[in-house]
Amino acid sequence: MTEKDVTMTVNGTERELSVEPRRLLVHAIREDLNLTGTHIGCDTGNCGACTVYKDGQAVKSCLQFAVQADGSEITTVEGMEELPEAGMGDSDLHPIQEGFKQMHGLQCGFCTPGMIMASKALLEANDDPTDEEIRVDISGNLCRCTGYQNIVKSVQYASDVLNDREPPDSPVEHEDASLETAADGGETATDGGCNCNDTDLTMDYPTGGENR
Amino acid sequence: MSSDADESPDAEFRHDDDGGPDPETHHGHGRGGMGESVKRKEDRRFITGHGNYVDDVKKDGMLHCEIVRSNYGHARIENIDTERAEAVEGVVAVLTAEDLAAYDLATMPTLMDDTQEVLVRDKVKFQSQEVAAVIATDRYTAKDGADKVDVNYDSLDAVTDAGEAMKDDAPVVREDLDQDDNHIFTWETGDEDATKAAFDEADAVVEEDMFYQRLHPAPIETCGCVADWDEDNEQMTVHMTSQAPHAHRTLFSMVSGIPEHKVRIVSPDVGGGFGNKVPIYPGYVVAAAASYVLETPVKWVEERSENVQTTSFARDYDMTGRLAATEDGEITAVDVDVIANHGAYNAAAQPSKFPAGFFKIFTGSYDIDAAYGELDAYYTNTAPGGIAYRCSFRVTEAVYLIERLVDVLAQELDMDPAELRRKNFIPKESFPYESATGWTYDSGDYERALDKALESVDYDGLREEQAERIESDDQKLLGIGLSTFTEIVGAGPGKQCDIAGIEMFDSAEIRVHPTGKATVRIGVQTQGQGHETTFAQIVAEELGLDVQDVEVEHGDTDTEPYGLGTYASRSTPVGGAATAVAARKVRDKARNIAANELEVAEEDVVWDRQSGAFQVQGAPDRTITVEEVAGASYMNSPVDEEPGLEAVNYYDPPNMTYPFGAYVCVVEIDRETGETDIRQFYALDDCGNRINPMIVEGQVHGGLAQGIGTAMLEEVTYDENGNVTAGDFMNYLLPTSMEIPEMDTDYTVTPSPHHPIGAKGVGESPTVGSPPAIVNAVVDAMAHGGVTHVDMPMTADRVWEALDGAGLTRDPAERIDLELDLGGESGDEEAASD
Repeated sequence: MTEKDVTMTVNGTERELSVEPRRLLVHAIREDLNLTGTHIGCDTGNCGACTVYKDGQAVKSCLQFAVQADGSEITTVEGMEELPEAGMGDSDLHPIQEGFKQMHGLQCGFCTPGMIMASKALLEANDDPTDEEIRVDISGNLCRCTGYQNIVKSVQYASDVLNDREPPDSPVEHEDASLETAADGGETATDGGCNCNDTDLTMDYPTGGENR
Repeated sequence: MSSDADESPDAEFRHDDDGGPDPETHHGHGRGGMGESVKRKEDRRFITGHGNYVDDVKKDGMLHCEIVRSNYGHARIENIDTERAEAVEGVVAVLTAEDLAAYDLATMPTLMDDTQEVLVRDKVKFQSQEVAAVIATDRYTAKDGADKVDVNYDSLDAVTDAGEAMKDDAPVVREDLDQDDNHIFTWETGDEDATKAAFDEADAVVEEDMFYQRLHPAPIETCGCVADWDEDNEQMTVHMTSQAPHAHRTLFSMVSGIPEHKVRIVSPDVGGGFGNKVPIYPGYVVAAAASYVLETPVKWVEERSENVQTTSFARDYDMTGRLAATEDGEITAVDVDVIANHGAYNAAAQPSKFPAGFFKIFTGSYDIDAAYGELDAYYTNTAPGGIAYRCSFRVTEAVYLIERLVDVLAQELDMDPAELRRKNFIPKESFPYESATGWTYDSGDYERALDKALESVDYDGLREEQAERIESDDQKLLGIGLSTFTEIVGAGPGKQCDIAGIEMFDSAEIRVHPTGKATVRIGVQTQGQGHETTFAQIVAEELGLDVQDVEVEHGDTDTEPYGLGTYASRSTPVGGAATAVAARKVRDKARNIAANELEVAEEDVVWDRQSGAFQVQGAPDRTITVEEVAGASYMNSPVDEEPGLEAVNYYDPPNMTYPFGAYVCVVEIDRETGETDIRQFYALDDCGNRINPMIVEGQVHGGLAQGIGTAMLEEVTYDENGNVTAGDFMNYLLPTSMEIPEMDTDYTVTPSPHHPIGAKGVGESPTVGSPPAIVNAVVDAMAHGGVTHVDMPMTADRVWEALDGAGLTRDPAERIDLELDLGGESGDEEAASD
């Protein structure tokens, strides 16, 4: 198939590529530019794992051809640390990245780069969003691990840093297990945490039911 | 269920001399031990885009594999013509069943001892089943080739529903087996006679049919692998999305004939598993075979539709449950009948002695004397599976059944569902408790959990609001749903639980280096649960090290000790226990070295958990840390001790652990549209001692979101011809940030008595426990109209049907008329509020 020359600025560096017209932008980013932080989760534009920041907008790079990005400026998750806001918080990272770490906004990490890029687009447009505005804005990005609650907190953390507010230390709503247990008259762990002697470890066990 | 564990070689380390971490008094040593919300050590690579998932693996000369799949749900293959595909420039090979047969790889065993075609030669049995594979230089060319593989099918009548498959005239799915029906097995548990007697004597009996619909775990990363046959070293390396790399290595070796020490499975970063990445799939075998034949690396990665339509589904249990009770609400018996849809192959992923998984825990949190269950499993023209999607092997279906039935009984007896539960809870004094179906629950305090939950949500206030809304003919009905579930996690014990014959132990190896830093290698593996942090915390706790000085490695069979992998919430109960025991073995050796350094007798050296250091008995200012001992173990080792400081443990748990919870869901249902809004979700989990509260909360959030998806949105559906009608993310609906409400988590702590650190595991509790809370809430909202059940998912049309059947709907026209009538008045209110 005939290839077409494409020039795009990715994470501040001008890149030239020859791609088939049918090549998806996400494949050009992942496979031609070796920026594998941008992921593919669904192929139908539903999950947003492939979200990048392109010419001021969050776009799903599996729904665009690479040739459509000719002349455009793209930021992927790998470029976040190079942005001017990086280092505003407690680390060298971009405040959004730092927010995800500090607020436990990720588990398996697969949706995270897309979430970070969607969050960047949101905060560029509105650096002090409400929780509801965050939820609306990230609703094109699926996460199967976190239930979104800590992702909302992660974006709020970034918003705090960007607005010179002190972000929270932790997303945890109930921090001290020991004190609270004691306070509510909880079960006393008589044997120092393990009521080991109460268990009859020699008890007969059943089988898993009979096949017949 | 528990086992004879006193003779276990690690029994002495299971109960630590100092009693282990005590939730009452132990606050951690401040360097990242137990109970501290340490920020995750693994996060940086993920937030900078430097994670290494399977599709990120690139090798020189790597080819791509695209699988040609059946368009039909049930059809005979008349002919496969690969000629046009082979002519495509860049296509290197096209594989069919015949090609694989030459290497004895045309079929593979399932985890339940069935045989599944890797590529089909004769008859496809479900839509999108694997028929041929195209290997090409890049993924676009591979797809071009796949489009040009010509397959002629002769379509057959399909059967996708287990209830239909059991009929005499149903199409036979498995003609390869020596049977003319679709029956797979009958399974029963409990005491049928005692249960029947209890029902005969009961004052009240309730019965409810409930269908737990077919779900897909749908991790955001699909399944895939990069297989790399190294001809020179005769070694096969497979990077794959695996929740159980060691078990997969053994299976790979058994299927391929490549000696096990020449097979290396690497499970790199895995983008979520939830049970989906436990089985072996044909794509893995095809990629490995292609790499072997072509002597070059081959990558296979699923698209989403392939993932949802062909890899393991979960649930699909059609259940009829009955409860017997006295008139004052004492439950005397439970009885259940299940028709299970296993798809085209028996490819569930459960311990092999448990064909129905742990479904027999269906007596739940209640002290019920008599129980009986019977289950029949059937083949259908649907994808194979029945795996443990974020649960321990069918406990999800069991919990749904009993938690729903208790509500149905409460309705029948006109009792408050909270009171009915309280009345029937296994009392906390009764633990360890042996259930009617033979499980030994380790510990629990269900009433405390329920009390805390009811108080936290102001249950009485909610009931008042509910009554007021009914009284005032409010447009929205309020529903309050409870779920006071008990989970069962942490399989083994090995004598009862095995996967393909391998006992379900797990392992850890700890090496403390001369400078006092430690490397921990574990047999379990993370798909996002945070093992690199929590397992480091266990070691930090037990050895007094700083968590940042402990590195956890996992997921590579060449370097990690053998383990059965991460699923069924078994990492903390089994792998975490192995890690704690290994650490205590290290500490045991360190004590001798410490005595040598402190120049006292070994018995005079005691471990002080709070400071994380050894002390001389009676002289607490004379201390030495494990860090200091580590140096001595290499540089000044005692004459009676081996140099070095390391230990390994293979841990066979004496019993499962039984985490539990008390959940409250509050819904509002619009009587005009049937739309259900989850107004509040409160989740109290008791998972015993918590290693990292931040991670526990994160696990609960994620599990609740999946439970909400289950109850409200998700279902894999088929039409009558066997076509998948919800087979990608356009139709199989995962909840987004808009469907998941702000969740309120809470906890109590009831340590596991047999676990070395008193932990139980938590990841699956919320997925298991939340669907009944939601359905109970929806039904509760309509209970005054006589509704007793609505099947999941709670879509607006289903709920509206239920409302309509109960005479609870409201015609929007009434409201509009009403508003028109009140037009002047509401205008005044607006003016007043301005």
